[in-house]
Amino acid sequence: MSAVRRLRERFAADPSRPLKLIGASGQLGYGVPQAAFAEALRREPDMIGADMGSTDIGPAFLGSGDMATSPQQTRRDLATLIKGARSLDIPLIIGSAGSAGAGPHLDATLAMVRQIAREEGLSLRLAVIRSDMPRDSVKAAVRAGKVRSLGLLAELTEAEVDGASALVGQAGTEAFIRALEQEPDVIIAGRACDTGIYACIPQLLGFPLGPAMHMAKIIECASLCCDPGGRDPILATLDRDGFVLESMNPDRRATPMSVAAHSLYEQADPNEIIEPEGRANVSAAHYEAVDERRTRVSGALWHPASQMTVKLESATRVGERAVLLAGSADPRFIAGARQITEQVKGVVQGLVCPDGAEPDYTLTFRLYGLDAVYNWPEPPATPPREIFVMAEVIADTSARAMTVAKSTKQYLLHHGFPGRLSTSGNIAFPFTPPELTAGTAYRFSAYHVMEVDDLAPLFPVMVEAV
Amino acid sequence: MRLIDLARVVRSKNAGPLHLTFDLMFADRASYERCVQSPGLNAGRIAPLYGVAPDDVRIQPYPVALAVKITLPRLMPAGSPGDHDVYGAQQHVPLLELEL
Repeated sequence: MSAVRRLRERFAADPSRPLKLIGASGQLGYGVPQAAFAEALRREPDMIGADMGSTDIGPAFLGSGDMATSPQQTRRDLATLIKGARSLDIPLIIGSAGSAGAGPHLDATLAMVRQIAREEGLSLRLAVIRSDMPRDSVKAAVRAGKVRSLGLLAELTEAEVDGASALVGQAGTEAFIRALEQEPDVIIAGRACDTGIYACIPQLLGFPLGPAMHMAKIIECASLCCDPGGRDPILATLDRDGFVLESMNPDRRATPMSVAAHSLYEQADPNEIIEPEGRANVSAAHYEAVDERRTRVSGALWHPASQMTVKLESATRVGERAVLLAGSADPRFIAGARQITEQVKGVVQGLVCPDGAEPDYTLTFRLYGLDAVYNWPEPPATPPREIFVMAEVIADTSARAMTVAKSTKQYLLHHGFPGRLSTSGNIAFPFTPPELTAGTAYRFSAYHVMEVDDLAPLFPVMVEAV
Repeated sequence: MRLIDLARVVRSKNAGPLHLTFDLMFADRASYERCVQSPGLNAGRIAPLYGVAPDDVRIQPYPVALAVKITLPRLMPAGSPGDHDVYGAQQHVPLLELEL
């Protein structure tokens, strides 16, 4: 009997029992705190969930198909969760596989799951949700005016869809429900709403969706909602009216204030959780201390959408990147650094572009200590003692980017400027070579909302016995 | 009084790759009320710090957590060439000097 079947039968026998969910990790692959995870298993939860990705990490991972986390640690974290869930025979649900949830990320994650099962001698029924968007469907939606910009990015075009290196949609609770209906032991999803991981079992078992969605949004970040916040697994105990939160690390306290404040985290609007199938409004939510370490939350409302939507995400290759790393402590160089680097740009263009041709690359300087982190309009009142200089080159080939980076290094080192004291070199290199290839550069090309009438064809579910 | 002297937490982060969101959190109701009621907390003052139009700045008091949320569009999607801060985690700094 599979873990989901067992769970269903347990609730059929006792429909009034609460549901205990473990939010094991908000970003699987950086390490799961072991003591807190062991405590989570001692609580005999009904399911374990983990999120593996988001757009926070930038467009490069979606575009390249690489994971943001190291393969070794990712495999270790997956093994921890799989062994834990199998030891209790409860469902394990993982979303946004492999950092960005496109085909290559999902396949790499599935390969790890199969290897772990083999090595540990585990057999399990695995359901897989794919989130790569069929390009023809998206282009048809573009033509029909059913894809909406969320600002900043222009309206999506068919050419942009065709040119994307990867194009995914965020699977909602609907896709996880279809996977649960296959009664698996483990669900691994490509790109997915983090709420789907934790709201699908409550929905399958008939719990009210408002509190379930609110709970899902909180526990997907593990113990981040606590004081002090952290990465330890968290336990949510859900009943028909609300849920109680408790960190599995005894030093972390879920207080009414810390839990309420978590609704702000990385959200444009603290009162609304927008999902493909509707939205949860938490403005009337009530936060009540159970004791020093536990808080009970209730009162969120679920409003089904009249029109279902999917959030689209795509990344498109821009070029190949090389970087130059250097620093300076010379007060005259620091005082003139903005002008000097602009002059060096011109010098380099003259050197690497024959006969006055326009540059076929971009060269961007970042002057840390002056205006690199935030684009300050004015120089600092007191000049910094040192600055860090990073030059970023993007060109069509890595060789071309390196050519520009190497000339930039040499001519920045020896650039002459009025008042120059240090005529043997303007900059210090931390190591050589100071020019590094940094792989392919990408940009987010879609972060749009697509109206859909039927979610199922976009997020196919497949089942395999591992 | 400057925000840095009044707030318990001042933080910035992406809210998706197209928006920056700022959370101002206060240790007590008096500090929270002072911020919310100050004429210094307005879109016209905040917009130029981030190169956006005042109409693009949304200021939302969140009393249950003694907090104020500010959300505005990024100048470019997170991680595009030319971005200064892919996660947006260091864009709170100019707000620290906001006079309230």
